[in-house]
Amino acid sequence: MLRDITLGQYYQTDSVIHRLDPRVKLAATIIFIISLFVFNDIAGYIVAALFLAIVIKLSKVPFKFMVKGMKAIVFLLIITVVFNLFLTPGEPVLRIWKLTITKEGIKLAAFLVIRLSFLIIGSSVMTLTTTPNQLTDGMESLMSPLKKLKVPVHEVAMMMSIALRFIPILMEETDKIMKAQMARGADFESGNVIKKAKSLVPLLVPLFISAFRRANDLAMAMEARCYRGGEHRTRMKPLHYVKRDFAAYACVALYLITGAAAGRIAETVCALL
Amino acid sequence: MPIILDKVSHVYGEDTAMAVTALKNISLVIPDGQFIGLIGHTGSGKSTLIQHLNGLIKATSGNIYFNGEDIDADDFDKKRLRSKVGLVFQYPEHQLFETDVFSDVCYGPKNLGLTQKEIQLRAYEALKLVGIEDEYFYQSPFDLSGGQKRRVAIAGVLAMKPEVLILDEPTAGLDPEGRDEILDQISKLKKETGITVILVSHSMEDVAKYVDRIIVMNRGSVMFDDEPKEVFRHCEELESVGLAAPQVTYIMKKLRDNGYDVRDDVTTIEEAKTEIIRYFSNLKSAKTRG
Repeated sequence: MLRDITLGQYYQTDSVIHRLDPRVKLAATIIFIISLFVFNDIAGYIVAALFLAIVIKLSKVPFKFMVKGMKAIVFLLIITVVFNLFLTPGEPVLRIWKLTITKEGIKLAAFLVIRLSFLIIGSSVMTLTTTPNQLTDGMESLMSPLKKLKVPVHEVAMMMSIALRFIPILMEETDKIMKAQMARGADFESGNVIKKAKSLVPLLVPLFISAFRRANDLAMAMEARCYRGGEHRTRMKPLHYVKRDFAAYACVALYLITGAAAGRIAETVCALL
Repeated sequence: MPIILDKVSHVYGEDTAMAVTALKNISLVIPDGQFIGLIGHTGSGKSTLIQHLNGLIKATSGNIYFNGEDIDADDFDKKRLRSKVGLVFQYPEHQLFETDVFSDVCYGPKNLGLTQKEIQLRAYEALKLVGIEDEYFYQSPFDLSGGQKRRVAIAGVLAMKPEVLILDEPTAGLDPEGRDEILDQISKLKKETGITVILVSHSMEDVAKYVDRIIVMNRGSVMFDDEPKEVFRHCEELESVGLAAPQVTYIMKKLRDNGYDVRDDVTTIEEAKTEIIRYFSNLKSAKTRG
């Protein structure tokens, strides 16, 4: 049941996207997300959809894995759609009792659905094709200019990679403790809200204790190996850009230009016809 | 309450790229009152197998019958099954959560919906069975020593009064003294109550000393299923799957190879002692006669 969370899970295949430098993937994802909010016509979204489809195809990750992450935001999507549909002022299309649906509302709701779902799928592509370690390495390297401003970039990156590393461990631990308590007759499913919340105590207390124990052990092990932050640390696998990374940057730039200009191109084409 | 496994298979992560077959066509009969040792290399499917026995994992294919009833049938009460088949996980002390020892042991029977009196009685009996003294009853379980914690956790399962008790590596991470204490108590419990006990372990010494049947697992299948003596005869095959016979069996084999006419199907130190003494006293009497 806990394994359904795909967001932040790596899916191993041997693809171009997997081999890209994590910095490229991070930057591309950020650009993609920003572009989703900058484009505001259908043509732009068609370009974005095409771009996304090509990347997914290249990544060789089954599409159903990306959609899995969507489950988590279905509720959010429904709420935003409902609010935008009914609360956007403008030209009325349909009137149900006191509620009116406006043309602008439909447009806005549709755009929001597209934006949010593309955002989730786009970032899933990144997390599915990049290991957490690569991801934090990429982040550290992208943020390194901030070191000049005394931002503890290395420490933040280290905390992130530890946090990410602990997710599967804690999930496994939860599973184990749940089973152990179920073997003692625990019931986590039936009963009302209060009963359910109470039934979580035998799960949460051991889980917290084990999380602290693990954190303590890890800190001890790091200290035993003389870890003392980012100063003068070298890497086993330093990040180097290769040709395909520059090509990927070019593709992203191309995408951005086509997407931004798509509306105008479409208009001129229409006008010419 | 016998447990019967009929061609049970289990696949983790079915329908994904990471599918792993943990159990392959396991068929076993676990009759009442046996003391069974389940041994196998890490990843051989021991833990998966025992979680099937109390319905925590559902078999991908095959059936499991508890007392003649199919445990995966819709109308089968899993909660009742779990009270009859007690499962003590590896490092059971990690499941302790209550503020004091006594209430933690009460958790199991409380979930069975018993009366307050019955709950307390069972908790008391269970704690006595594992040898926890009254003075510890109202201490925090987290203040106890490793061995004590583990015994409290085992008591938490015993308080459910299971008819089948499964222990997954109950001695992992304990010092020799703690290990012997736990195993002796389990064997005492077995003698006193006559319940079925399944002991999962990869310590051959532990297993050989107590059990009357050994099931050896390898890569999700049952490799041997026999009396300890018979199983440890195959020590080369055991070694090929990363296991071994008890050290004393090797000593007896060596003795035999060097021309001493002793039995080599000996599995415990006690047996070895009697056998060696027997051999030498025979030798002596032969000499005096000759």
